[in-house]
Amino acid sequence: MPGNRFNGFTDYGIGIGLRAPHYEHILSRKPVVDWFEIISENFMIDGGRPLRILDQILDQYKVVQHGVSMYFGSAHKPDREHLRRLKELVKRTNTPWLSDHLCWGSVDGRYTHDLLPMPYTFEAARITAQKVRDVRDFLEVPIAVENVSSYAEFHVSEMTEWEFLNEVVEQADCGILLDVNNIYVSSRNHNFDPFTYVNSVPAERVAQIHIAGHSKFKKYILDTHDHPVLDPVWKLYERAIQRAGHTATLLEWDDSIPSFQEVHREALKANRFLVDTTLAVAV
Amino acid sequence: MRLVTLQRAVVRAVMQPLTPSERMQRTAPGGGRMSAYAARYIKPNDRLTSFERLEIYNRQYWFRVLGSMAEDFPGLRAILGQPRFEDMCRAYLAECPSRSFTLRNLWARLETWLRRNPKWIRGKQTLALDMVRLEWADIEAFDGKAEPALHPEDLNGSSTRGLRLRLQPYVRVLELHYPVDDLTLEFRDDDTADFASNALTETRRSSKVRAVAALEPKQIFLVVHRMDFSVYFRRIEHEEFALLSALRSGKTIERAIELAFQRSSVPEFDRGGYVRLRFQTWATMGWFCRPEEICTR
Repeated sequence: MPGNRFNGFTDYGIGIGLRAPHYEHILSRKPVVDWFEIISENFMIDGGRPLRILDQILDQYKVVQHGVSMYFGSAHKPDREHLRRLKELVKRTNTPWLSDHLCWGSVDGRYTHDLLPMPYTFEAARITAQKVRDVRDFLEVPIAVENVSSYAEFHVSEMTEWEFLNEVVEQADCGILLDVNNIYVSSRNHNFDPFTYVNSVPAERVAQIHIAGHSKFKKYILDTHDHPVLDPVWKLYERAIQRAGHTATLLEWDDSIPSFQEVHREALKANRFLVDTTLAVAV
Repeated sequence: MRLVTLQRAVVRAVMQPLTPSERMQRTAPGGGRMSAYAARYIKPNDRLTSFERLEIYNRQYWFRVLGSMAEDFPGLRAILGQPRFEDMCRAYLAECPSRSFTLRNLWARLETWLRRNPKWIRGKQTLALDMVRLEWADIEAFDGKAEPALHPEDLNGSSTRGLRLRLQPYVRVLELHYPVDDLTLEFRDDDTADFASNALTETRRSSKVRAVAALEPKQIFLVVHRMDFSVYFRRIEHEEFALLSALRSGKTIERAIELAFQRSSVPEFDRGGYVRLRFQTWATMGWFCRPEEICTR
């Protein structure tokens, strides 16, 4: 499937997250990588080494921005300073699309620095969609919202998580960063069928897919990004690719980070499912 | 229930300090049982109660902010010791929760807060404040803004009368009462040796404690700056400190030089050469911003 309007009509392949332990390897060995995803907040600074590294990466690679603190679902309006810095970075990277999470994490100007789950209500969907539209209009770049992994559900919810996601993206007319690992983690924590989730997402809005590893505890699963991708997550990925076609895919590995080669090798396993998807039709 | 009401209630619980055994408190914000508070908002499932589900987020919050503090202030942690350090962090966060999208700014008010709340550093007040100032300067020097730098030739043929030179925003000039730069460098060397066995970690911890205990007071003047994108500490003399501080506060070059030599032992006939050499060195290191009148020329 060619790119869509939610990822700037790009046709990106398999990328990996740009992480500090790999900087030296990337800059000295210049490995062939389709694209890198950066955490926007790491580069929303005034100067110094991080921006220098970013500029060197931008000279040689395609970069897509991924944020962790826009909190589309927070009840209050976005912070102006945050938006100003983010726009500066968008100009610097020329990112074809920008993603952040379908979650909240701040209220009354106090930040938890966590990705807190949404109450799945119509009011929350309306507020969140409005915020996505406002941010997109300010940044002038397509936005994709990512489903988060969660460990709690609220009594006030009026719909399922995937219905909420669909409600938000339809109202905001934005893209989806479909994290199949997060779907799996939440499905185990909340007892739902993860394939129902994947099958319910509007495939034409999927701008990007995330894959990652997680950790199992006695009573719940935690989204730790410190392992290779597990089989049930690959199966969900396969299904997502069947529906959405060839989609920009990114492996997240954020803790206990192994060598660059190991991370890249793990990411490239996605090729098993991306080959010959040109005939795939959204079903 | 309105979205904002729910979010306020959850944040109050998530930000409430953990118990000494790192569990969620049994008492809810504002009193009452936390189990009832959690059950009001959060569904239980077949494995976890509402309390346990909320506790996951409560613990994640504290592990994240305390982890960020320990990463940014290893020297302060060594001075106070882990338990007191964590108690101090909790008290700080209760009064100064994060108001920024980035954790980088979370500890910006720490020095001011500690001066208002000295009980957290009692017995080690001067040493602890010196270390906080140095570690915060380190952060600012790492990613602070760099403006176009002044080159010595920029001033060729120009009169310096009335000229004010600005220091780069990332350059920090400090007067300290302990040589805490030595301590920080020792910790940094420690941090570069990763993958330690437990035994080795214990040895290192003792050496940190010994290093803190052995540190004698000594007035030093320090510039925290960066070159080639790495942060450096550079010890300077009193006259240099006075000169740089005066320039930072917006004084003209002539006035800054006057102030630098107010209580100086540098002989008067050496002062011209002394100043020239310093300005050349500092300009070479890119510490001065290009004055606007030159930029627009």
